[in-house]
Parts: sequence; C-alpha cells; structure tokens
Amino acid sequence: MNEKTTAFAWPYPDPEGWFGPYGGKFVPETLMPALEELEAAYRAAREDAAFQKEFDDLLRTYVGRPTPVTYARRLSEHLGGAHIYLKREDLAHSGAHKINNALGQALLARRMGKHRIIAETGAGQHGVATATVAALLGLECVIYMGMVDMERQRPNVFRMELLGARVQPVDAGSRTLKDAINEAIRDWVTNVRTTHYLLGSALGPHPYPMIVRDFQSVIGREARAQMLEQVGRLPDTVIACVGGGSNAIGIFSAFIEDEGVRLIGVEAGGRGIETGEHAARFADPQRARLGVLHGTKSYVLQTPDGQIALTHSVSAGLDYASVGPEHALLREVGRAEYTYATDDEALDAFRTLARFEGIIPALESAHAVAHAIKLAPTLPRDHIILVNLSGRGDKDLETVRGTLNL
Amino acid sequence: MPDTGIARVETAFARARRQGRAAFMPYYVVGYPDLETSVAVFKALADAGADLIEVGVPFSDPLADGPTNQMAAQIALRNGTTVRDVLDTVARLRAQGVTIPLVLMGYYNPFLAYGVEVLCRDAAAAGADGFIVPDLPPDVRDGEEMRDLCAKHGLAFVPLLAPTSTEARVRVAARAARGFIYLVSVTGITGARDRLPPDLAAFVARVRKHTDLPLAVGFGIARPEHARQVARIADGVVVGSAIVRLGLRDDPVGAVRALAQELAEATEIVETTVAGAEQ
Repeated sequence: MNEKTTAFAWPYPDPEGWFGPYGGKFVPETLMPALEELEAAYRAAREDAAFQKEFDDLLRTYVGRPTPVTYARRLSEHLGGAHIYLKREDLAHSGAHKINNALGQALLARRMGKHRIIAETGAGQHGVATATVAALLGLECVIYMGMVDMERQRPNVFRMELLGARVQPVDAGSRTLKDAINEAIRDWVTNVRTTHYLLGSALGPHPYPMIVRDFQSVIGREARAQMLEQVGRLPDTVIACVGGGSNAIGIFSAFIEDEGVRLIGVEAGGRGIETGEHAARFADPQRARLGVLHGTKSYVLQTPDGQIALTHSVSAGLDYASVGPEHALLREVGRAEYTYATDDEALDAFRTLARFEGIIPALESAHAVAHAIKLAPTLPRDHIILVNLSGRGDKDLETVRGTLNL
Repeated sequence: MPDTGIARVETAFARARRQGRAAFMPYYVVGYPDLETSVAVFKALADAGADLIEVGVPFSDPLADGPTNQMAAQIALRNGTTVRDVLDTVARLRAQGVTIPLVLMGYYNPFLAYGVEVLCRDAAAAGADGFIVPDLPPDVRDGEEMRDLCAKHGLAFVPLLAPTSTEARVRVAARAARGFIYLVSVTGITGARDRLPPDLAAFVARVRKHTDLPLAVGFGIARPEHARQVARIADGVVVGSAIVRLGLRDDPVGAVRALAQELAEATEIVETTVAGAEQ
C-alpha cells in the first residue's frame, strides 16, 4: 500500500471559499478587503520557496518536528484487538498541534506588514501557541479568552502573560470560546489595517479554513510517511477529536485520497446527547442545523429561532457550537464519519493513557483516545488505528483533579 | 394604494431631499427592554419625525456591535423575542398608522433559520420594506440569493460599505443595492462616539462617484451636532446606540422621543450646501 490505492479527488475549497454547500465568507463589509488581502498574501506565500523554507526550518528547529509516532504497546495489549499508534503532537513545542498554524500565520502576518496579532483561545493552547510565536517574531499580541475558560485553564493564562501577551478577559455571553471569537472579531473590525487575526481552528470565513488546514497538514504528511516507514503500511483507521476541527483536518488531509483508510472524528458528547449539554454538532440533528456562525456556513447548535446555543464540554477546546466546514462536507460525502465521547469517557481515557503509556493527554485529545479504546477490542489483531494525540494534558490537571478519584 | 417596499424607501428619501433635509433614520431593537415598550418606542420615533426606521432583530452573537447594542439584544432574547415577534411588531406599527419605511436589520443566522424565502414573503405581508444584514455581503452566494428574493417581493436590499472597502467592492455594492446604501462611518463596531471620523466626507464622495442611490451614514453618530454634520454630506443619518441606551431609562418612550425630535431637527440642512446652491 505504498502507493495511493485510489484517486479520491478533493478539490476543496472552490475559488469562492466553499466546501460544497459549506464555508463561504459571512463577515461585516469592513473585513471583506482584509480577507481578500489575506488570501492573496497566502497564495503568494505558498508559491514562495523562501517563505516555505523559513516555515519548514522553524518547524524543525523551533517546534521540534517531526513529532514521533509512538506504538501504544501496553494499551493495545490490554484492550486486545487493533494495534493503536499515537501521533505525538503533545511533544510539539508549547504542547499541542496549535503551534503549526500559529507559526505559519505569524510568518504570514509579518509578510503582510502587520505587527499586531490577536487571537481567541478556549483551552488556552492556541493562545499559548500564538503568544509563543509572537515572542519568537517580535510581534505585539493580544489574546481574547472567556472568563469561564480563564478560570478552568489558569496555568495557560500565566504562560501567555509570561510570553509577553496581553490576555483580555471576555465577560460577554457564555464567557467561553464563542464569545472570545466575537471579541476578537470586534477588535479586528476596529484595527484591521494594522492587525492580523490569527484564527486558531479550521473555521471562520474563507480563506481561514483553507489556511489553517494547510498549515496543519504537516501532521498528516509526517504521520503517513512514518506509518509506512515504521509499520510498512498505512493505518486502517485514523481517529482525531473535533472541536473546530484543526487537528483532525491536519491529520485527515494526508489520508483523504487513500480511500481504504477510515477517518473518524470525535466530538464532545459532554453530559450525554440527550441532556442537550454537549458540543456534538453531528450527533444531535434536533439542535444542530445548517447555520452561519463566525463567518462560515456549517452545522451549528442553535435554538429553533436561530440563536446560538450554549454548549458544554469538560474540555474547553471542544466547547464550541459550530464545526469547520470541511468536516461538514467530509461527512456529507461519506469520506469521514463522526462520533462522540462523553465527559466521563474522556476522563477515563485520560487516566487510562497515563497509566498504560506514561502519556498524559489533553482532555481534547482524550476524546479521540476514548473512541480508540471503545473501537480497538472490536477489531481484529491485524487492524491498525492511528490516533492524533493533539496535545498534552498539563493544562488540565486542575480540572481533572476535581473530577477523578485517583 | 400607498407605496410599499423599495418604492416607499425611495419616496422617503425623495421627500426628505425635497424638504432640504437628510433622512433621519433611527435604529432600535424589538423586545428591549420588553416587547410592549419597544413597540411604543418605535411609534414614538415615527411621531418624532423619523423618515425611516431600522427595526433591530436581536441575535445572540452580534459581532459588529458594541456593548450598548449587545446588551439590548441580550435583554431582548432573555425576553424570548423571536423573528416572528419582529414581524408582528411591524404589523402592529402599520395598524397604528405608521407609514414611513420600516427596514429590518439583523444578522443572517436567525433569518436563515426562519427560511429566507418564507421570511421575505412574511416580511412583505407584515408591511416591512427591506433588509440590512451586516454579516451577509452582497456578493456571497447567500447574499445574491437574498437580494433576488427581496427583489421578488419588492423589498429593499441594503448592502453596507466601510472605509476599508476597495473601489471594486464599492462597485459590487452599488450594483446589488436596492433602496439605499449603508455607509459604516468608522473602521469599527457600533456605539456612540465623541466625534466623527475626519475622512468621512471623502469616503462618502468616493462612494457617490459610483451610484445615484441615497447614501445613509451610520455607526458612532450620537449627538445632534454629529447629525447636523452628516446631513451636509449624506442623504441619510442613522442613529442607533445613542437611542438604544435610553431604553433602560425610567421613561424610555419619553427619553427617546425627546432625543429623536432633536436629531430630526438637526438633519434639516440650514447652511448653504451643494444641494441648496442648486435651488
């Protein structure tokens, strides 16, 4: 299986920024020229060997790429079924995959002559990654973060401040990721001439879903080559957690055209779908319908009257009412499937991975691990599962200590 | 039969121009601080001399709005205000004899949830005259669809332009607009400000080169002296947050009426202007 077995064409987004019926640009007019400028700058950078070389060099010498693929031997033996491999984004500098995109966009911002960057953060991982690259490149940095999230991710707030960023508390609405994005967009509308909005997930208006995917695609490219080198073949199943969906699209993108590889995204099931307290956009057709949030058309958890619903997840990074438009299309055409793990399942997986492999995953990534734990025993011994371990769990220790009896 | 839709909007601007005024265009939110009060505020705005009213449709995540309009939307939603309530409000105002244009202003998702085609039909039936949707650019697929559906029902479709808009985007808006074009005065969000941006006249002139449609200016216009200045350079003056923030006063209807009368007077063009010089 060294060669691609089929040519599953994936020509998305189209020139207008659509992934089939999903995506597009739904923003105030003030931002439309900035999106056009960003797209032009990105397309030029993509063709520019010097830009790509600087990005690749920094990924290697600063981020620490390639990140390894680890065989989870004890966990696989314990479960007795498929072999589980982990793509170790938790070992990337600053502790999660978020740095790949943050670095790429910060280089792009500098190229556009914008020396102030703003970002939203939920779990704090994207905020930390952005603050990190801002320090590296000498850019001014403001991070918007909901007050609820600041409370549950205190260590990351301190890290961002230590890195020289200003953390701006957001007291509006549900005071979580959704509101942090609202405030970041309001800042961008006001300061668009001097400021780049460093959006952290594969959502928002075009060209963001494309740019974020492309900068995260290094995860999949590396993992695909590593599987071929270490195991001699491609994985049968690739599993990743999906909030906005950047780590998932990053790893999926390299396998989309390998039609034999099953792609599974895992959403936050919260306290259970039936409770309504979750962030599972694909699992709850009563509450999630086609809608527009933060500049993109996709599945959105909302009221019957089109107001954005409040969501819940134990992991702040998955606690979001919409999902990246490319995932909506991958699901619609049947190329990827989506399921969910509840808070309790994620917390169990968090503990299990720590005990069996000596790896403490981020609570977000623990959702992907939880599904692998569910799936592996049902599969034969020659089946290979690759899990994207998108981040490490240091930031979650306080949260978990409150919920686990160790 | 009186004018409706686009024709009513055109008539309102033409009348104001004939009378040597810029159109006074207040904005207020349905359901804030409660549904009944908001209906009374809209009626008071009409009585106080508004030429056109922007009827605000509350949304949970109003990303082009400052704190005042965010708060108003939150309170309206806490009261359970729906798109249906907004349409009913329009119908009630028509029943109370309000004849000026009523243009619905709101974000796209609640309209999408209602169903844009059904919404245009119901809005026209209720007596509304058009739509302003700040997060729906006229050249995005959905924007083109909504523009066509508005046209089918004779409703105005009002695109926005901003100081950052390129010449190409000004042309796009000029082609798509029916009724008037809404110029966002500042690079920023809604909210009362102390002074107008210095480059406003140049911005209006830049758009004027591309269209004969009325140009209304909004965002940040809070005081009669602002309205007076904008009336000299544009065809319409939008005042939102400065009125909305009166909604929590003890007597919101009285407070709004008093400010609206002042603002309406301020849009009368007393000094010699280009328009005046032609007469």
